Parts: sequence; C-alpha cells; structure tokens
Amino acid sequence: MAKVKMSKKASAIDMTAMCDVSFLLLTFFILTATAKQPEIVPVETPASTVQVKLPDTDLAIITIADGGKVFFGVKAADVRIRTLELISSEYNLSFTEDEKKRFSLMEEFGVPVNQLNGLIKLSSSDRNKEGRQGGIPHDSTDNQLTSWVKAARNANAEVNKEQLNFAIKGDAKEQYPEIKKIIDILQDQKVNKFNLVTGLRGE
Amino acid sequence: MAQLDTGGGKAEKGGKVRSKKQSASVDLTAMVDLAFLLITFFMLTTSLSKPQSMDLAMPDKGDEKVIDDIMISEDRTMNIILGPDDKIKMYMGQLASPKEGPIDLNYSKESLRKEILKKIKSVPLATRSTKYPNGEDLIVLIKASEKSTYKNLVDVLDEIAITKVKIYVIVDILKQEDQLFEG
Repeated sequence: MAKVKMSKKASAIDMTAMCDVSFLLLTFFILTATAKQPEIVPVETPASTVQVKLPDTDLAIITIADGGKVFFGVKAADVRIRTLELISSEYNLSFTEDEKKRFSLMEEFGVPVNQLNGLIKLSSSDRNKEGRQGGIPHDSTDNQLTSWVKAARNANAEVNKEQLNFAIKGDAKEQYPEIKKIIDILQDQKVNKFNLVTGLRGE
Repeated sequence: MAQLDTGGGKAEKGGKVRSKKQSASVDLTAMVDLAFLLITFFMLTTSLSKPQSMDLAMPDKGDEKVIDDIMISEDRTMNIILGPDDKIKMYMGQLASPKEGPIDLNYSKESLRKEILKKIKSVPLATRSTKYPNGEDLIVLIKASEKSTYKNLVDVLDEIAITKVKIYVIVDILKQEDQLFEG
C-alpha cells in the first residue's frame, strides 16, 4: 500500500530581523528615558503649545494640587541637604546625618516643618500614601513656604554658585487665587521669573 | 528553526574552490522574548518626555518707587478677563468707557486667537501719531477672577505665545470687572 506522507511545513520563522529590531528599540528606550519618580499627589498639568523643556539643573519645583496643597522639591540632592540645614537652624530643629541623607532622597515633600522628622522616618511607600502629606503652610500667619524658598535659594547659591530657578507645577483645576498666592510669595523675594510646567498639545 | 544560510553562492570567479561553510543557525526566539520583555519594562517604568515649561515673567513689585504716571493710550490696551466656568470677556480701553466691548469670547481658536490677531493688526493703525508713525504695539492685560482656574490662565498665556503678543501682563482684577460675570 502506498503511504501518503504529509509534508510538514517548517514551523520556524527567521527571528534574526525581529531580534535586531527589538534590541534596537530596547537600546533606544534605555538611552532616552529617565526613571519615573513616584508622585505624592497626581498632578494633571494644563497643556500648552510651547516647546521649551524644563531645565534639569538649578531648579526647584513648587507643586500645587489637591485644592491648594503645596509641595516643594529641589532637584539636586546636595542642595536639598543644605536647604534642610538652613531650615533647621531657622526653626531650631536638629537632624542627624542619617536623616539628612534620607531627606536628600526625597523628591518632594509637603508637611509643616515640625512634622518633617516623622516624615523622614517613614519608608518611601508610606510617605507617598494618599493623605499622608497635607501641604506646606503658606498663609500669612505661618508662612513656611517663604522660608523654604529662601533656604533653597541660599543653598543653591552656596553649593552650585548659580541662581535657583523656580517652576510652578499646578493642577489644571486649581483655582487661580491659589496660584496667585504662590506667585506673590515668590515675588516678595524678588523672584519675578519662573517656569510654568505644562503638558504638550498641538496648536 | 531560524536558519542562517551562509553558504557561498554559485561558482566563484576565477575558478577558486571554496570549502562550503556550515550553516550556522541559532534559535533566536528566546532572545526576542527577552528583548521584548525588557522593552515593555522600560516603557512602563520610565517617563519619556520631559515636561514642557512656559516662561513667565512678572513685573517687579518694586515698593520703593512708584512710577504710576506713564500714560498709555486707551486704544492700545486689550483687557482679557477670565471668569468662572471657562468664560472670557474682552474689552478695549477702560471699563468705564470701553472703546469696544465688553464681548464674550471662548478659548477656541476661532474666538480668542482671532480676536487677538485682529487687535495686533488694528492697534498700530489706530495709534498712529507724529511720534510713532508706525503706530504702537498692542498691550494685553490678563485679569483672572477668583473663580477662574489655573488652566484658564495657561490657556490664555498659550494663546499669547502663539499670537506672539509682545507686551502682556497679568494684573489683579477690578471689582467692577468681576461683576461683569454676575449679570
């Protein structure tokens, strides 16, 4: 009896090109991307058509979100440490070397000065829990944001010998008076030029 | 499996005899899997685009000396008032005796941008004088009310940037201007 043989089709595909492409993409992503930082509060920045990127160095970011809560962060870690030292001498607080080091790893924070110790002790995941940080006081009775801004400027001038730039990162839904307050605080210290952080959109 | 046929072609020129190479075939499937896994990982954990930033310069508050006596032609000033619920009103000159308006606008391309562009053209024509034969440039005053949002402000600043208005400033809103939205 004649057997009918089924000719098997080769189930293999040449993977070489695919491998090339995927590694090319991988290389591209590794080289162009920067690690995402966890945010304390989600901020949805308003969109604009400007193409200017936010500067990387000598920058402090003031975040306004969640109904007027203010968060503050300095980009460079060594400036952060110096800022904390200046603040601690102003408010008569003391921080250990370990606490300073832990503080320098915090991208942003938003608590009154007297709660800073407690915040530094927490792990970073606890720190970023919703509602843990209630914002830096910045009203006329207790204007700690002014102190932070001043300390950060002095710290940056000492460490980097450069002027510190300020970026305002506001949530799109924030009311204008909240933004105005921050602008006024900056202007009271003769910071008249700042960056508004925005997202990208077409014209 | 993936094949790599590296065997020599047909008969070589010059009659040289080449030893036939062995075909080197490597199974790349696993490697591709790994590469895509890494790509996915990097795409999810990194942020590609840096945020944009809009430069904003505010006039110095300058409490030392008050320079209030600079006269500016009413024809030059365009007041944009940001109201609650994404409303905008615009008028020219002074509120008590506006040269034009107040009229309602919205944030769309056809409304606010068109109006600004119109004014950029018309203001130099209206302000021609012997001192300034080519006329003077438009000045935009942005007045944000208490109930306007940050997004409104950025939107207007963005329109200003697009239309390339040279002189603009964010100023405090007057009570009468706030009341425009109540009626």
